[in-house]
Amino acid sequence: MFDEILFHSSFLQQVDTRVRMACAILLTLCLSPLHDLYACCSALTLGALLLVLARPRWRRILHRIATINTFVLFLWCVTPITMPGTELARLGMFSISAEGVRLALLVSIKVNAIAAIFLALVCSMSTSDAGHALGRLRCPQKLVFLFLFMARFVYVIAQEWRILFAAAKLRGFSPRTNRHSYGTLASLLGLLLVRSHARAKHVYKNILLRGFSGHFRSINAFHTRPSDICFALVMILFAAGILAVEFFGVEHA
Amino acid sequence: MHIAEGVLSPPVLAAGYALTAAGTAIGLRRLDYDRLMTAGILAAVFFVGSLIHVPIGVSNAHLILNGLLGVLLGWAAFPAILSALALQALLFQYGGLVVLGVNTFTMGLSAVGAGCLFRFLHHRWPTPGGRRIAAFLSGAVGVAGAAFLTSIALIFSEEGFTAAASLLFLAHVPVMLAEGCITMFTVDFILRVCPEMLTTQQQNHERIGHA
Repeated sequence: MFDEILFHSSFLQQVDTRVRMACAILLTLCLSPLHDLYACCSALTLGALLLVLARPRWRRILHRIATINTFVLFLWCVTPITMPGTELARLGMFSISAEGVRLALLVSIKVNAIAAIFLALVCSMSTSDAGHALGRLRCPQKLVFLFLFMARFVYVIAQEWRILFAAAKLRGFSPRTNRHSYGTLASLLGLLLVRSHARAKHVYKNILLRGFSGHFRSINAFHTRPSDICFALVMILFAAGILAVEFFGVEHA
Repeated sequence: MHIAEGVLSPPVLAAGYALTAAGTAIGLRRLDYDRLMTAGILAAVFFVGSLIHVPIGVSNAHLILNGLLGVLLGWAAFPAILSALALQALLFQYGGLVVLGVNTFTMGLSAVGAGCLFRFLHHRWPTPGGRRIAAFLSGAVGVAGAAFLTSIALIFSEEGFTAAASLLFLAHVPVMLAEGCITMFTVDFILRVCPEMLTTQQQNHERIGHA
């Protein structure tokens, strides 16, 4: 339903999930403060490299990347015109500033670099693996529980919503901007909430009956192998390289 | 409402994470395992709600539902929103890991504020009319607060984003009205069908055998 398979199997998926999650966090942390265009470009190169290594299903991935870039597009429409600075060109009554264009360019490179890294390293793991990996990386137990439980029930609830909405449609409901439509949608939503609430109670009683003690076990075992450590070291080197370009890089406009 | 990764500046991102950590800690402290289950399922409804599109005039927008979540969960809305946004980042790449702090804080704080507003007004005017107004306002405040805080985050990151931030806020005004109406009708529905959902917050829970 939501979890289209985005990747073919590749060696990146063999890397320990905790290592992948930690590397993704580290790289994103290093990338977000970048101001230098060269550093951003090298980050984008790294992102593209990781994405290629992850062997994605390109159509789906490109679709995802396009979605991420809608916000970037919005910034491109607004920032160059509204940011004050030296005039680069003139479009009728609007003047396009060099600073605005530079800012928009910087942001779009960064957004895409981080998106590529995140897609390649994190989105190739299943939600339950991601939850357990976060737990092993010292996230609070209750939060991990909340995440895993929610990730499990999102599918059930989405299915329930589909059934409710289909039932309404079969009765001739087509939403418009009026009181009736809003009332109907809200009733469906209310019904979904009430049913989900009841379901939560039942599930809780059921898992207590089966001896639930506060945390879930993972089916997949977590092992860090030497190759995982090598991967982590290479990623740290890349991060250091990008930061070096940022701070000791060539002066440019 | 989601800001993509790489747009905000490091101080804003760090502040977002610190505030989210505080909010989440408060929220988690108030959740025992019994209510954790309910919070998890309501977080799932929050996630699914963001896939529901509501027509507004010629256009349409997806529901945000953070006001409603605040009404139902109070402070526990913080961890619920955090995990729902993390799942959205994982499955749809809306937002991302580093910007998760800011996104959670903008939606979580307005959710908690909306919840407090609802309880305050509902306590003051316990009539059906007062309740409707309270529910409408809490839905609208949920979206308005989130849009406002998001705009502030953008402006603090980079002066150049000021115009974009104000446009972003203005674009959310119709969404606030729609969200207010939906929240009003939904709270009405819940009170008719399952009123204990709204009162569980004040009740002391019977803890079923968990240490």
